[in-house]
Amino acid sequence: MTPDQHTLDMIALTREEYELACERLDREPSDVELGMIGALWSEHCGYKNSRPLLRLFPNSGPRVLTKAGEENAGVVDIGDGWCVAFKIESHNHPSAIEPYEGAATGVGGIVRDIFAMGARPVALLDSLRFGPLTDARNRYLFQHVVGGIGGYGNCLGVPTVGGEVAFDDSYSGNPLVNAMCVGVARIDKLQKSSAGAAGSLLLLVGADTGRDGIHGATFASVELDEKSDERRPAVQVGNPFMEKLLMEACVELAEEHGDWIVGMQDLGAAGLTSAAVESAAKAGAGIDIDVAHAPRREDGMSAYDLMLSESQERMLIIVSPEHEADVRAHFERWELHCVVIGVVTDDGRATVRDSSGTAGNGKVVAQLPVELLSDPPQYRRQGEKPAWLDDLQAYDLSALPDTEDANADLLRLLGTPEIASKRWIWRQYDHQVLTNTVVGPGSDASVLRIKGTRRAIAIATDGDGRMCYLDPYAGGVMAVAEATRNVVCAGARALAVTDCLNFGNPEKPDVYYQMEQCIRGMAAACEALETPVVSGNVSLYNETSSDGGQPRAIYPTPVVGALGLMEDVDSVIPMSFQSEGDDVVLLGADTPRGDVNALAGSEYVKVAHDGLIAGQPRIDLELEVRLQRVLLAANAAGLVRSAHDCSRGGLAVTIAEICIESGLGLDAAGVSISGRVDAALFGETPSRIVVSTSDAGALLSRAREHDVPALRLGVVGGDRIALGVEIDVAIGDARQPYENGLASALAADGAS
Amino acid sequence: MRFAIVVFPGTWSDRDCQYVLRDVLGQQADLVWHRESSLDGYDCIVLPGGFSYGDYLRCGAIARFSPVMAAVARHAEAGRPVFGICNGFQILCEAGLLPGVLRRNDSLQFRCEDTFLRAENVATPFTSTLELGQVITIPISHAEGSYYADDTTLDELESNGRVAFRYCNADGEPAPESNPNGSVRNIAGVVNERGNVLGMMPHPERAGEELMGGSDGLLLWRGVIESGVEAVVG
Repeated sequence: MTPDQHTLDMIALTREEYELACERLDREPSDVELGMIGALWSEHCGYKNSRPLLRLFPNSGPRVLTKAGEENAGVVDIGDGWCVAFKIESHNHPSAIEPYEGAATGVGGIVRDIFAMGARPVALLDSLRFGPLTDARNRYLFQHVVGGIGGYGNCLGVPTVGGEVAFDDSYSGNPLVNAMCVGVARIDKLQKSSAGAAGSLLLLVGADTGRDGIHGATFASVELDEKSDERRPAVQVGNPFMEKLLMEACVELAEEHGDWIVGMQDLGAAGLTSAAVESAAKAGAGIDIDVAHAPRREDGMSAYDLMLSESQERMLIIVSPEHEADVRAHFERWELHCVVIGVVTDDGRATVRDSSGTAGNGKVVAQLPVELLSDPPQYRRQGEKPAWLDDLQAYDLSALPDTEDANADLLRLLGTPEIASKRWIWRQYDHQVLTNTVVGPGSDASVLRIKGTRRAIAIATDGDGRMCYLDPYAGGVMAVAEATRNVVCAGARALAVTDCLNFGNPEKPDVYYQMEQCIRGMAAACEALETPVVSGNVSLYNETSSDGGQPRAIYPTPVVGALGLMEDVDSVIPMSFQSEGDDVVLLGADTPRGDVNALAGSEYVKVAHDGLIAGQPRIDLELEVRLQRVLLAANAAGLVRSAHDCSRGGLAVTIAEICIESGLGLDAAGVSISGRVDAALFGETPSRIVVSTSDAGALLSRAREHDVPALRLGVVGGDRIALGVEIDVAIGDARQPYENGLASALAADGAS
Repeated sequence: MRFAIVVFPGTWSDRDCQYVLRDVLGQQADLVWHRESSLDGYDCIVLPGGFSYGDYLRCGAIARFSPVMAAVARHAEAGRPVFGICNGFQILCEAGLLPGVLRRNDSLQFRCEDTFLRAENVATPFTSTLELGQVITIPISHAEGSYYADDTTLDELESNGRVAFRYCNADGEPAPESNPNGSVRNIAGVVNERGNVLGMMPHPERAGEELMGGSDGLLLWRGVIESGVEAVVG
């Protein structure tokens, strides 16, 4: 029977897509089949709008062991027989509706992706975006997202070591919750997610299946509206204790009994349907499942429910038949349910049976070619640069009056939630468990040692939606440049990145333009910085119509997670000044002259000029490459005592952050600022790093050798932050707004 | 010395304890699943941190019924060292091997940060390397670490020297603002009457190397190791 529009809307399939499915199938699909097609053809699972653009990313390199899309996570060789598996993923839509559980299950999902590879999860990072905290709903979302991340990760015993958060109007009602997980494994213990040869058994392990999360993948692929609350049943509820058992059992299985199993696959979006079909597709095989065997939480669940449920904390383990008993005993020791629900076949079809209750014995309720499910239609849309963007970029920032009191502006900036210390957040996260955390939250990047070696990895997430909004291409370059620069500032060489692409509705030409330009910018930066994209996730339809009007897209927000490696953990670079008397040098610029273009998209202009976000941000990618190289070369030569890159708030904020963290001042009063003072102090020109050194002469000559402009700023010491004649603030006075800014913003209850 | 580190479903600082004992201090340190009923042959039992059984119902309330707990009780009765950290402290309280309970932090939030601890009793195996009043830095990581007991119990603990550690400031003063969770009388750790069972919320296994930001935790482990023989005999 041809489904009505309501049914198609529920699974987010267009009439044309339905007809295409019928044509390829040569008949109309059954209910269960239709649900399976809808889930796997959703943007969330099928990447139907983004796949052609994702091909622009460089995805290979000498250290890359699995590329983006091949496995549950990207894997990079870090030497000594060890590898790192990592990936970032969004949980935006669930978090908008039920922030605690949405964020918690976002963490749970990304952790499963990592241990499905046989890697032990060792770190979590979270990249968050919210509307302004002056609004009560945004404060609620923020506090409960942070609560959910902590509630899940802390219980699991995986440290949350970093991430970032930003605030802008465009995220009101549609927060971004992107979670990244990093795991470590011996290369020879890595697991695949392929189904392997016919006859292998499919074991469903972990939580029982309930009705939660049905249509979650679909939900992630439509715009949010005032009826979104009705989709609350599509939000899953997490059980971190179950996840902990599952994680330990799967990691131990991979480490000690890898020969018993063919592969592992987590059940995420689109549940059993996606896990089984993806495994089969990778092996060019088929699967035959009987849902009657699935342990369930309630009576009366249909085959449709069981195939599409997104109940959390479940894994599919593919086992060669001779080891079935071993694997079952293994999971039972961990006190986990474990049942055979199907078998791998060689007929290339996904067959679903239901021999439970009334359905009768082995009745086939769905039988579809795997290839039909795993090969959704793809759309190459036509983007168009919107006229409003031309206007924004042409905005005459030079017409704005310059700062009249730079000290007051600095203190004001330090207290904005955007810039203020994020300690309020990360003190709620266990960032130390597993005792690998050499540098924890609050620095440019977090650093983890790899036990049993001298090595350490550095990890960071970044992505500036505001810059992408003003210039999607430059913003895309900047996202990769800043994430990699951050791991370089910690003393590591950037090896590879993962990305989470958060955009609005791609069917709109301006949104598609943003997406395409961002991706092109990111791809160019990944090429230039030699950091291939090894994994990632796409989150589209991030739009809300909070006032009942037209849905409005979020800022285009690609978030990049960078992985860096240092051969010796002793080469870690701290963010804080180390000793009085050290020289301080700015790498990346050779003049303190303020250029008005540096104000584009800056926090200063937003704060000082009534929320204005305008201008055209720029980045010199070749300079960025040279800058990152010179910092690592100088560090290898023992010339770097500390490093912190300039980002939100510009040079003055960067220096203030270092002084507050280290409790040591900077005397750079001799620097003679010219041009626009606001641009010189608070402009957000990228590709700049503030470095302290015991040998400024040697560092400056290194910079010249690498053709990187550099400027000696002053000397570490005292208890004041002095920069030119314009800035002179006691560290104690700067610390006050910086430490309290976030808590004060959250305490503003009733202010909305 | 032979350490048994008990692993309950949901325990997570088992490997951290094992790493510091085995790889940093060169001791034998075995992970022992909670279904074991014998701990014979071990000198010291460690109940590590984590969320046993997800902290569902109440932290430590389910783990106390694990088969291994009878062996832990026998070990304690024999006067041998039992060291409960974080969730391990909560379990020891639930099992009645230590007095008091751990409640939600007064902030109602999880807290992971360094704390200063003042040594209040240096006559236990765990604190034998410390000076009375010495201030050490050990991180906490918990949502339910607010120690509580009634005043009678507290007075008895105080008069018998059974408060092992108090949260304090850098100068060793147990100030209200240096109390991270609302524990009564700033109590961070207590011992049983004989001094061979210690429970504390802070994590000494996380302060085992300068690379991790500090090594004061080693003082406690070394105390156990150095006084090990006496403890077994006593």
